[in-house]
Amino acid sequence: MTLLTDLPVSGNGQPVGASQLDVAADFPILARPVHGRRLAYLDNGATTQKPLAVIEAERRFYLESNANIHRGVHWLSQHATELYNAARATVQRFINAAHADEIVFTRGTTEAINLVAQSWGRAELRAGDEILVTTMEHHSNIVPWQLLCEQTGAVLKVVPVSEAGELDLAAFDALLNHRTQLVAITHVSNALGSINPVAELTARAHAAGAVVLVDGAQAVAHQAVDVQAIGCDFYAFSGHKLYGPTGIGALYGRRSILNAMPPWQGGGDMIRTVSFERSTYAEPPQRFEAGTPNIAGAIGLAAAIDYVREVGIERIAAHEHALLEYATAAVDAIRGVRLVGTAQHKAGILSFLVDGIHPHDLGTILDAEGVAIRAGHHCAMPLMTRFGIPGTARASLAMYNTRADIDALVAAIDKAQDLFGTRNHG
Amino acid sequence: MNDTGPDLRELYQEVIFDHNRQPRNYRPMPEADHQADGHNPLCGDQLTVFLRIEDGVVKDVSFVGHGCAISTASASLMTEAIKGKPVAEVEALFHDFHALLTETPPPERDFGKLAVLAGVREFPVRVKCATLAWHTLHNAIVGAQDPARTE
Repeated sequence: MTLLTDLPVSGNGQPVGASQLDVAADFPILARPVHGRRLAYLDNGATTQKPLAVIEAERRFYLESNANIHRGVHWLSQHATELYNAARATVQRFINAAHADEIVFTRGTTEAINLVAQSWGRAELRAGDEILVTTMEHHSNIVPWQLLCEQTGAVLKVVPVSEAGELDLAAFDALLNHRTQLVAITHVSNALGSINPVAELTARAHAAGAVVLVDGAQAVAHQAVDVQAIGCDFYAFSGHKLYGPTGIGALYGRRSILNAMPPWQGGGDMIRTVSFERSTYAEPPQRFEAGTPNIAGAIGLAAAIDYVREVGIERIAAHEHALLEYATAAVDAIRGVRLVGTAQHKAGILSFLVDGIHPHDLGTILDAEGVAIRAGHHCAMPLMTRFGIPGTARASLAMYNTRADIDALVAAIDKAQDLFGTRNHG
Repeated sequence: MNDTGPDLRELYQEVIFDHNRQPRNYRPMPEADHQADGHNPLCGDQLTVFLRIEDGVVKDVSFVGHGCAISTASASLMTEAIKGKPVAEVEALFHDFHALLTETPPPERDFGKLAVLAGVREFPVRVKCATLAWHTLHNAIVGAQDPARTE
């Protein structure tokens, strides 16, 4: 990987912004053609591609280190346990948690949020308590709370968003009250790219006596995250949106709050003693990791974090920010295109509609051109309802994307308008 | 998945654009004696199919809703194809049309205008777009209470 500066001005004369990363060679899949065309992979909000370092780390684990953890007296088991614990410490450093035991490995963001709902939520919430979410949440930060509300009689309250896709902070303040037990907010909107001021929101929520969970699924790969600076009680993210494997993610939980939480799944690895009269449970994080975990996945995730740190999260953020500006200008300049989500602070997500072409049709036509995007409601149906649309087309960026990918996107939209005969719309 | 890429003109034929821009029989039908809702949760397509059946024959059919070009055109073409036909024949056509999009080899019969949707075969993720209206029609005929889903 090299840092390229002084890149030539691109074809349409856009000035070159921040320095460009040149990391595509580290991601072998990007070299495979799709439909005979160069792949422009712009569906990173769904999942990112994996660098060789991650693929190799998983492979090496199975080749050289595989054994179950926490139970073997034999060398391989101890070795695997050390690697697993080291992976936990890598996650801890990555998000600047104070202690490694504040990191619980999960299957991903969804499981992390469900863990909090079913462990903390069922123990703490009573009928009439309130959970505050926002209109821009992913279904995985809505439905677990709805299930919890059904179980406890708690009530879900929703902070609205503006036409630009920004949180209504006055409404947030107005909705916070002494009944608010939990504020569950996304760090970055997966459908719009809006970045929420989570540190500020956490401070206000804490002042009202509420616990705060931040859904970091769309944030950790795109900007530096410091859970102590945010001050939140829980922070959830997935490995596979961070260049790591699927099936692994992490929940950060403040030590004092994790210590007080009951287990949510029972099984091996999470107990201290078991008898038929009564079992006692291990300390966190083991208390929340029943059964054999995704050991290779955790090691793969650590390799992904090492890779991201090597490239530099600040450089990734700067690169994606410049590319988003380039993409926003290029797509917005197309006649008949409407951007959805124009918040002042955005991470690498560009949602849009093309006049006269349903997002699903657009997705098919772009795919034929080798351009991979997501079309649909992005698991954020309440947000689509808010904007009165069935869905959007979404291009989402990663560190390996370049202006060539954006140029391919723009050319493919042009082709779709040709095919549909809608060039003169708008 | 072929190497050279799918032929979009096979999928998006002129007839499909025409029916997408100007869907036929696109209206609610207050006097309908059968109706059903269809929903494709993956892409958000949604439609309602209305029917008036007399003596086992589809006397009138219409639909309202929103969806992609394939699903809108398919619904529109469906209404044209089944109006005036006996219900048993309509159900048989649904069966054959579904097979046209999903089975190899496709059934041999004259599909009339519906044949323009045969190109959907090459786009497996879009089959549900083309069949949503038909699944919904089927539910309307049999009086199913739950919305039709293609997922």
